[in-house]
Amino acid sequence: MSIDQEALVALIPRLRRYARALTGERFRADDLVQDTLERAISKWALWRPGTDLRAWTFTIMHNVFVNQVKRSVLAAESLDPEAGMEVEDSGASADTLAQLSGINSALQRLPDEQREVLLLVTLEGFSYDEAAHTLGLPIGTVMSRLARARARLAALLEGTVGSGTQGAVQVQLKAVK
Amino acid sequence: MSFSEIDIHRLVDGELPPARAAEVAAWVAADAARSAQAEAYRHQRALLHERYDALLAEATPAAMAETVRAGTVTSRASKRAANQSHFFRVAGIALLAGACTAGGWFGHARLSGGAAPDTLTAMSHRAAIAHVVYSPEVRHPVEVAGSDEAHLVRWLSARLATPVRAPALGPQGYQLVGGRLLPGEDRPVAQFMYQNAAGKRLTLYVSTLTPGASGSRETAFRFERYRNVNTFYWVENTRGYALSGDLAREELMPVARTVYDQLMKTAPEASAPPAQPVQPAKGQP
Repeated sequence: MSIDQEALVALIPRLRRYARALTGERFRADDLVQDTLERAISKWALWRPGTDLRAWTFTIMHNVFVNQVKRSVLAAESLDPEAGMEVEDSGASADTLAQLSGINSALQRLPDEQREVLLLVTLEGFSYDEAAHTLGLPIGTVMSRLARARARLAALLEGTVGSGTQGAVQVQLKAVK
Repeated sequence: MSFSEIDIHRLVDGELPPARAAEVAAWVAADAARSAQAEAYRHQRALLHERYDALLAEATPAAMAETVRAGTVTSRASKRAANQSHFFRVAGIALLAGACTAGGWFGHARLSGGAAPDTLTAMSHRAAIAHVVYSPEVRHPVEVAGSDEAHLVRWLSARLATPVRAPALGPQGYQLVGGRLLPGEDRPVAQFMYQNAAGKRLTLYVSTLTPGASGSRETAFRFERYRNVNTFYWVENTRGYALSGDLAREELMPVARTVYDQLMKTAPEASAPPAQPVQPAKGQP
C-alpha cells in the first residue's frame, strides 16, 4: 500500500481553515477536522495514489460535515433548538474586527450547501470542476449555488437582509427530568 | 457575442480562457452595476482570506498529526500506542485518587463514620478528578459547546435548580469551551471548561450546598494541590466553586479572583432553592 501520510499532514492547515469557515467556530471546526482525519485513515485503502488527495480529503470532510449537521438537526428537534449562537474569536486588529466578525456571522447565515460551494471556490481556490467533483454535484449546480451564495452574502454584509431571526426556531427548554 | 451573469463569476474565479476573459472584462467594465458586482465578489474573497487565513499559520495540533501518522504505521503498533496512552491516562487518575486517599480525609471520613466529612475538601477533590478526566479530551471535552452558552446556562441552571452562569474569562485569555453536567456527592453539579490560545484548559466546578448545613457557610479562598492539578475553591451564597487547572498557583490565582468577582457581582437572589439532595434509601448509613 502506498501511503503518503505526510501529504495528508500537510493538508491539515487547509482543512482547519475550511472547517473554521464552514462551522464558524473553533472547537466545532477542530472536531470536524479530527473526525475527517480519522475517517480518511480508515479509508486509506480506497484512495487511489496519483489522484487528487486534496479533493479526496475535502470530500470526506463534506460527508462528515453533512452527517454532523444531520445529527445536530435531529438533536435540536428533540430538545434544544436555540439556534443562532455564534462564537467569534478575535485574531484580528481592532479596526478590521467588526468587519471580519461580520463576515463570519454573515457566512454562517448562508445555507450549508451554499456556504460549502462558496468556500471551496473562493477560500480554497477550487475550480468549478473540482468543487463539483468534491461535492458530488453537477457543475451547473455548483455555479447556481455560488451565484446565490454571493448574492446573499453581499446582502447580508450590506445589512439589507434581516439578521439573526432567519430560520431560527424558538422553543422553550423542556424539562429533562 | 453573448454574455450572462454567470460570466461575472467565471471572470472573478479565473474560469475563463484568456481571450474570453478579456471580452468579459470589457463587458463588465462597460456597466457600473456589473462592475460593482464583480468588485463585491472580489471583496468577499478578500474578506474571507483576511478572516480565516490565520489558520494556515497556526501550528497543527499534535493530536491531529498523530492521528494521521499513527494510522499509517502497522495497525498492531498503533493499537499498542493507543492502549498505552489510555493506560497512562487511567493510571494517572488512579494515582490521583490514591494520593488523595492516602492524604487521609477520604477514607477516614467515609470509613470511620465519625466526624462529618469535610464537604469542601471533598468537593475540591471531586473537582480535581473531574478536571483530570475531562480536560484532556480532544473530541468530547464538553456536553454542550460554549457557542451555545445561553442554552448551556439554562440547562445547567435547570438541572442544578439554581441559577448558574459561566464567567467570562476572555480578558484572562480563556474562552469558554462549554460545559457538562456531573454527579456530585448527592446531587448534580456543573462543570464549565475554558481554554486559552495555547490549549491550556481550566475547569470551573459548581455545586449547590444545602443552606444551614455544615460547610455551606461562605469561606475565603482555599487552595489544594492534587498532583499536577491546582484547585482554588470557595463557598459563596450556598454554592461551592472550584477552579482547577494544570497551571501554577500564581497563574491560577488571578483567574480564580476574576471568577469570584464576576459571580459575586451577579449573585442571584437567594430565592432559588438549591437542588434537593437525593435521599438515600432507608437503612443506609
